[in-house]
Amino acid sequence: MISFSQVCKRYPGGFEALKNISFAIADGEMVFITGHSGAGKSTALKLMAVIERPTSGSVLINGQNAGALRPRAIPFLRRNFGLIFQDHKLLFDRTVFDNVLLPLNIVGYERREAARRVRAALDKVGLLAKEKAYPITLSGGEQQRLAIARAIVHRPEILLADEPTGNLDAAYAAELGELFRSFNRVGVTVVIATHDENLAARLRPRMIALKNGELARAAVEAAA
Amino acid sequence: MKVWLSQHVRTLAATLAKLVRSPVASLLNIGVVGVALALPVGFYVGLANLQGFARELAAAPQLSLFLALDASGSDAKQIASRLKQHPGVRNVTYITRDQALRELVARTGLADVAGSLHHNPLPDAFVVDANDRATPTLEALRDEFRRWPKIAHVQLDSAWAMRLEAVLKLGRLAVLMLGTLLAFGLLAITFNTIRLQIMTRRDEIEVVKLMGATDPFMRRPFLYYGALLGLAGGVTAWGIVRGGVYLLSDALADLSQLYGAHLQLRPLTLEDSLSLLLFSAWLGWFGAWLSVSRHLSETNPR
Repeated sequence: MISFSQVCKRYPGGFEALKNISFAIADGEMVFITGHSGAGKSTALKLMAVIERPTSGSVLINGQNAGALRPRAIPFLRRNFGLIFQDHKLLFDRTVFDNVLLPLNIVGYERREAARRVRAALDKVGLLAKEKAYPITLSGGEQQRLAIARAIVHRPEILLADEPTGNLDAAYAAELGELFRSFNRVGVTVVIATHDENLAARLRPRMIALKNGELARAAVEAAA
Repeated sequence: MKVWLSQHVRTLAATLAKLVRSPVASLLNIGVVGVALALPVGFYVGLANLQGFARELAAAPQLSLFLALDASGSDAKQIASRLKQHPGVRNVTYITRDQALRELVARTGLADVAGSLHHNPLPDAFVVDANDRATPTLEALRDEFRRWPKIAHVQLDSAWAMRLEAVLKLGRLAVLMLGTLLAFGLLAITFNTIRLQIMTRRDEIEVVKLMGATDPFMRRPFLYYGALLGLAGGVTAWGIVRGGVYLLSDALADLSQLYGAHLQLRPLTLEDSLSLLLFSAWLGWFGAWLSVSRHLSETNPR
């Protein structure tokens, strides 16, 4: 459960990325946050993952006030998330396998169990054959799928993706869409910030549209 | 618990691997730390040895009374009885001038010199043990005896020991100051080394943090690195000092033999060695901690 109530975010320098935003995302939902660049999509995701704190208003994640969380508690909240970034944020000095292993090392899995889970995640995104490869040798689409494998390997409740299809051609984007749908089917809450209308048309998620930091379809939201 | 332990073991292994993977950089870092530590530790060993010699030589301060060369046997007897009756005196030893010469020849190997003398240049002497060995009492006795007739010279042999003790005190202070300064230097070295590592691993730290790594988890590899760097530096310093003592003690043995004495340099004791290693590891750890904490607090959400 993610709920924003009257959230404002002003960055140093005075730019207001979000202005008085309220919405809620229920467990198991698939939601797209859409809007042009600069509309506040990424900021909304950053507030969910406590990468940023709201200037005012409250962001509740599973009943916890994310904005007021002590720094010490933030890591444990973040473990509920799988994060997928537009720029992948892969580590190029280690293999595909080790990239996916990272979240499990953080939580502290036993080695054999961790390896099993890593292979399962790689299998899910179709990269099992490349576990010993280095990310630099992968194509853009493969890198994105690797990032997804890393995001789901610890079986998070919530998947947050920022422009996951940003630089991919249509066929790849469609594949990714199917992946996201399959995660959502097994109960994972999926929140995707995107302006990819094809993807939206295919997956038919609930949409939260932002425009210049405000909800563009407030009426739709009120009905939902 | 098992997971926690295995995480630590894994981090330690990874840190060791990192040290080995860039041997030149690691060796240089360790060398800097080692040399910086070896300086104060070397001085400390030197001082400890000097102190050891001083303590052996000045175990019980005594007063030596040298009679005038023209004093006769009866003068000596008179002084002896006067000394024995003195309330501050516990024990008196009479050393005749012949006895003194024989001892000198026996102890220093100056037989040739003594043989070439036409007459014995040494005076008769008394060695006095006082009841109270406190310095003021001894000094009072010295001043009293000095005024007695037929006594040429009274020497309080604790005087030079006191002077040496004062010099040693100064030396200890200097070592402490040098040690403190170089400890700061070590902190700065590890701080900067770790800062460089953090810069090169900035992406990794960012990613790991986003995945929910706690601060202790992110600190751990750097703390291990710092501690290992410090420890290896400590071992190097220990080796440098041990080697120095080994080389010097041969030379010192030769030198002291020429003077008919037998001096031997003692290396670091087990306790001191362990303290050195612990302290250097701690310094490395602390420098790393300062560095990482500073960086991590910069990356907290605003």
